[in-house]
Amino acid sequence: MMSAVALQMSCVAALLAAAALAIVLSRSRNAAGLIYGMTITISVVATAAAMNWLVRGGPEASALVLPVGLPWLGAHFRLDNLASFFLVVVNFGGAAASLYGLGYGHHETEPHRVLPFFPAFLAGMNLVILADDAFSFLLCWEFMSLASWALVLAHHREPGNAAAGYVYLVMASFGTLALLLAFGLLAGPAGDYGFAAIRAAQHAPGAVGLVLILMLLGAGSKAGLVPLHVWLPLAHPAAPSHVSALMSGVMTKVAIYGFIRVVFDLLGQPAWWMSVIVLFLGAVTAVMGILYAMMEQDLKRLLAYSTIENVGVIFVGLGLALGFQANGLRLAAALAFTAALFHVLNHSLFKSLLFFGAGAVLTSTGERDMDRLGGLIHRMPKTSFAVLVGCVAISALPPFNGFVSEWLMFQAVLQSPDLPQWALKIMVPAVGAALALAAALAAACFVKAYGVTFLGRPRSAPAETAGEVDRYSLTAMFILAALCLFAGILPGLVIDALSPVSIDIVGGRMPVQANEAWLSIVPIADSRSSYNGLLVMVFITICASSAAFFIHRFASRALRRGPAWGCGFSDPVPAAQYSGESFAQPIRRVFGTLAFHARDHVAMPPPGDTRPARLRIELHDLVWERGYRPIAEAVGFSAGWLNRLQFLTIRRYLSLVFATLVTLLLVLAIWS
Amino acid sequence: MVVISDIMVQGAQMLLVLLLAPLLTGFVRKVKARLVRREGASVFQPYRDLLRLMRKEVVLADNASWLFRVTPYVTFAAIWVAAALVPTFATGLLFNWTADLIAIVALLGSARFFLALAGMDVGTSFGGIGSSREVMIAALAEPAMLLMVFCLALVAGSTQLSTVANVLASSYVGLRVSLGMALIALIMVALAENGRIPIDNPATHLELTMVHEAMVLEYSGRHLAMIEFGAFLKLLLYISLIACVFMPWKIAVFGSGTVAAYAIGAGAYLVKLAVAGFLLALFETATAKMRVFRVPQFLGAALMLGLLGTLLLFVSRSF
Amino acid sequence: MQLHSLAFDVSHTLAGGLVLISFLMLYQDRLYSLLNVFALHAVVLALSVAWQAFIQDAPHLYVTAAIALVFKAIIIPVALHRIVQRLGIHRDIEAAVGIGPTMLAGMGLVALSMVLMLRVTPEADPLAREDLAFALSVVLLGLLVMVTRRNAVSQVVGFMSLENGLVLAATGAKGMPLVVEISVAFSILIAFIVIGIFLFRIRERFDSVDVSTLDDFRGERR
Repeated sequence: MMSAVALQMSCVAALLAAAALAIVLSRSRNAAGLIYGMTITISVVATAAAMNWLVRGGPEASALVLPVGLPWLGAHFRLDNLASFFLVVVNFGGAAASLYGLGYGHHETEPHRVLPFFPAFLAGMNLVILADDAFSFLLCWEFMSLASWALVLAHHREPGNAAAGYVYLVMASFGTLALLLAFGLLAGPAGDYGFAAIRAAQHAPGAVGLVLILMLLGAGSKAGLVPLHVWLPLAHPAAPSHVSALMSGVMTKVAIYGFIRVVFDLLGQPAWWMSVIVLFLGAVTAVMGILYAMMEQDLKRLLAYSTIENVGVIFVGLGLALGFQANGLRLAAALAFTAALFHVLNHSLFKSLLFFGAGAVLTSTGERDMDRLGGLIHRMPKTSFAVLVGCVAISALPPFNGFVSEWLMFQAVLQSPDLPQWALKIMVPAVGAALALAAALAAACFVKAYGVTFLGRPRSAPAETAGEVDRYSLTAMFILAALCLFAGILPGLVIDALSPVSIDIVGGRMPVQANEAWLSIVPIADSRSSYNGLLVMVFITICASSAAFFIHRFASRALRRGPAWGCGFSDPVPAAQYSGESFAQPIRRVFGTLAFHARDHVAMPPPGDTRPARLRIELHDLVWERGYRPIAEAVGFSAGWLNRLQFLTIRRYLSLVFATLVTLLLVLAIWS
Repeated sequence: MVVISDIMVQGAQMLLVLLLAPLLTGFVRKVKARLVRREGASVFQPYRDLLRLMRKEVVLADNASWLFRVTPYVTFAAIWVAAALVPTFATGLLFNWTADLIAIVALLGSARFFLALAGMDVGTSFGGIGSSREVMIAALAEPAMLLMVFCLALVAGSTQLSTVANVLASSYVGLRVSLGMALIALIMVALAENGRIPIDNPATHLELTMVHEAMVLEYSGRHLAMIEFGAFLKLLLYISLIACVFMPWKIAVFGSGTVAAYAIGAGAYLVKLAVAGFLLALFETATAKMRVFRVPQFLGAALMLGLLGTLLLFVSRSF
Repeated sequence: MQLHSLAFDVSHTLAGGLVLISFLMLYQDRLYSLLNVFALHAVVLALSVAWQAFIQDAPHLYVTAAIALVFKAIIIPVALHRIVQRLGIHRDIEAAVGIGPTMLAGMGLVALSMVLMLRVTPEADPLAREDLAFALSVVLLGLLVMVTRRNAVSQVVGFMSLENGLVLAATGAKGMPLVVEISVAFSILIAFIVIGIFLFRIRERFDSVDVSTLDDFRGERR
C-alpha cells in the first residue's frame, strides 16, 4: 500500500507526464479530449485520496524525501490535514475545470498554447501544497506562477493581454522575492530550510513582524490583497475561461495556503497586533474589491475583482483567528479559522462556476462586455440557471453556501468582546460592518452582472442569436451549482470535515455538528446562535409552492402576454435599457467620489441642436495612479539615466570600478 | 404530544403573521388618512385588494422569463418564513433556532435579490431604476443593521431572538443609552428597508424618485398580490422585531406557557402592533420624503448610531 | 448596590447622550438647526451636572448646572439666533468636508478617546472614568465641528460645545472648586462677546462670515 503522500506525488507525476504528452500531441486533433480526460481522472483520484484523508479525521502526517534539488537537502514533501484540505480544493477545482475544458477546449484556436501548460499548472499548485521545505516551496511556487503566466499569454495577440502578462510577471517575481526573504528570515543564521526545523525554532519578535509583512506582500500579491491586486483583474480574465476559473478560484487559495502555512503553522504563537494588520488589509480589500467590481462592465474582469473581495473576506477570517489565537481563545479562533477555510471552499466552488458561465457566454456570443449582452436567459436557459445559483451563492444569501461562511464569520466577529486589547475590541465591530457592507455590495454587484447579462432584452446581434453551450460545460456548471446548494444546506458536514485542520493549526475545534438536531449548525451554544440551511430551504420551498398551488387552484391561473407596460412608455430600442453603468450609478455616487474620484460629465447640446447629449464617466484607479505609476515612472527615469553608463570609455569604466572598490573599503573601515 | 403542541403554536404563529399583516398596513393607512382629516378606506381594504388582485388575470410582458414568474412566490415565501421566525406573542417557538437575527436579515436579502433581478427582467427603464436604487439602499442599510445586532448581542450575549427577548424582558438590564441608540438605528433601517417615508413613499406612483414601486412596475394580477403581501409581511416583521427586542413585555415564555399566558402574550402583541403602527403613521405624516441621495446620510447616521452604541457599551461593560 | 447602579445608569445615559448630541451637531448643515441642537446639548449638560450634584451631594454643582442652563441653553443660542438673523445667513449650507467623512472621523475620535482614557485610568472610580472618556470625546468632537465648518457662527458653536465637554469632565472629577467654574463660565461669556463683535466686523469688511475670506485677505489660497 502506497503512503498517502506518495499517492499524491504520483498524481503530480502523472500530471507532469500529461503535460509532456501534450507537447508531443499538441497539434493533433484529439489532443484536447485526451489531455483533459487525463487531468480529470488524475484530479478525481487526488481529490478522493485527499478527502479520504480528511474524513478519516487526520491521521499522522505522512512525509516523503525525494533526492532532487539541493544535494545536501533533498526535496521534502509532506501531507498533513491542512495540505489535504487545500488539495481537495485544488484538485476538485482542477477536475471541474478539466471537465469544462473538454467542451470549451474545442473552441480554442491555438490549443498548443494551452494544453501543455494546463496540467503543468495543476501539478505546480499541488506541489506548492505538498512542499515541506522552503527551497521546494519556492521552486514549486515559481513553477506554478510561470505555468499560469504562460496560460495568461495563451491569447497573446488580443489587445491588452501582452501587457497583462507583463504586469503579472513583474508582480509574481516581486511576490516570490518577498517570500524568499521571508524564508531567509525564518531559517535564521543556521540556515535550516526544512519546515520541521523552522517550526521547532524560536523566532525573535522583530523577525516575526517582518515575516508577517513579507508574507502579506508575497502571498498577498498572489492572492490579490489591495493594494497588490493590480495584476489580478488584468491577468485572470486574459486566460481561457476554464483557466481563469482555476486562477481565481484555486490559485488564490494556494496563496492563502502559503500564508496560513507560514503565519499560523511555522511562526508559532502569534502576537495580537498581527491580527490588526491582517484585519485592516482584509477589510479594505473586501470593500475596495467589490467596489471595483461594481464599476466594471467586462464580465470576466468583474468576476476577477469579486475574487479580490472574497480574498479580503478570507483574510478577515484569518485575522480574527490570529487575534483570538494570540489571546488563547481557542474556541473562537477555531470558529474564525473554520469560517475562513469554509469560505475558501465556497469561493472555489462558486467562482469557478461563474467563470464557467462567463466562458459559456463568451463562447456563444463572443462578447465579454455586459453592455452588449442581455436576454440570454431565453437563449441559454440552462447556463443561466446555473449562473443564477452561483450569483445567489456568491452574494451570501441563504440557503446557499456563501451565506454559511459569511454567517460563521459574523459569529466570530460577535466573539470579539472577549478580547482583552482595546484596539482589537473597537476595531472588530468596524471590520464586521465593513464585511456586511461588502456582502451587500456583492449582492448589488451580482444583481447587476446577472441582470444586465442574462435578463432584459438583447443589446447586440450576437446576444440575440446565442445558443446553449455543449453538454460537458453544462455538466461542470451543474455539478458546481449542486455543490453550492449542498454545502449551503448541510454545512455541518463541511464544518466537521474541517475540524482536524483546525485542531492542527489553531489547537481547537468547533463543536461537533453532526449530533445537532435537525442538522443545524451551532457555532458556540444553542442559546447563542444557530442556523439551519436545510430547514430554511425546505420552508421556503413549501411556502412558495403551497402559495402558488393555492392561488392557481382557488384564485386564478389566467395569463396573457402583452407588450411591456413601462408606464405606457415603451423604449423603442434595447439600447435604452438600463446598462451596467447606469445600474452602478447610485453606488458610484455614494462611494465613487471617495474611492475613485468619480465624476459624471454631461454634455447637453443647446435646444435646437440635433447632436445627441453625451454622458461621460470619469473614474480613477487611485491605487494605480498614486501607487504604481510613480514607481514605474521612477524606474523608467532611473533606467534612462543609468543608460548613460553604457557609453563610457574604458578608462571611465575602470575608474568606476576603482571608485566602488575604494568606497567599499572605506565603509568596511568605518564600520568595524 | 409535546411536539404536536409545539407544531400547533408554531403554525399559529405562521398563520397569525399572515392574517395580521394586511390589517397592520390597513391600520397605518387609516391612521394616516385620519391624521390629515380624510375619511380613508376601511382597515380591511388591503384584504380586499389582495383578493381582487389574486382573482385577476396576469398580463405578462412578452419577453418576461421564468425568473419573472417565479420571483413573486420566492420573495413571498422568503419573507413569510422570516416573519414566522421572529417571536411575536411567545418566545422559544419550535423553529426559532432555525435562523438567528443575522439569518433573518439575510433571508430578507434573498427576497430583495430576486425582486431586484425581476426588475431588470423585462428591460424597461423603470425596473432598472428601481432595482439599482433598491440595492444601493440595501448596501447602506446592511452594515447599520449588523452593528445594531452587534450592540444587542453585547447586551444579551446572543443573536437568537428568543434568547434576546427573554434576556431583555427578564433580567435587570438597566438603562442603557446604547440600547436607545440601537433602537433608533433599527427604526431607521426598518424605515429604509420597508420603503417608508422619508426614504421612499409607499403610496406614490410615477415619480422618478420612487424605488420599490418602480421595481415591481411590470407586475400584475396574482403576482402583484404576492409582492404586495410580501411587503405587508415585511412591515409586520420589522415591527414585531422591534417589539420583541425593545418592548418584550408580557411575551409568553415557551414551555412555561399555559393557554392564558399565550393569550396575554397575543393581546400584548396586538397592543404593541397598534402603538407602533400609530407612531409610524404619525411620523410619516409629519415628515417629508428626502432626495434619494440624502439617503446615504440618513443610513450613515444609523450606522454611526450602531457603532456609537457599541462603543458606549464597551465603556460601561469594562468594569 | 441597586441605587449605585441606578446612579451609574442615569449618568451613563446622560453623558452618552451628550456624545450623541455632539454627533447630531456634526450632522447638521443648517445654522438654525445647529443652534437648536446646541441648546439641547447644553440642556443635557445641565441635567448631567445636576444629577452629579445629586449623587455626589455637592450643592455647588447645582450652581454650575444653573449657569449651563441659563447661559448656554438660553442666552447664547438666542443671541446667536439673532446674530444669524441680522446677518441674513440663515440659509447658508456650509461644511468644508462632507458629512460622511466627518462622521467617520468623529467615530474614530470617540474610539480614540475611549481607548486612551480607559487605558490611563485603570484604577479610578468607574463613574469618573466613564465621564472622562465621554468628556474627552465631546471635546474632540467640538474641535472637529470647528475645523470642518467654514462659517464663523458654527465655529463659535463648536467652541461652546467643546467647553461643555470640559464642564462634564470637571463635574465628573469631583474636585473643581466653584470659583473656577464660575470664572470659566464668565470667560466663555466674554469670549462669546468678543467673537460676536468680531463676527460683525468681519461681516462689515467682507460681506460674509465665511472665514476663508480671511485667508484670501491675507493673500493665501486654501
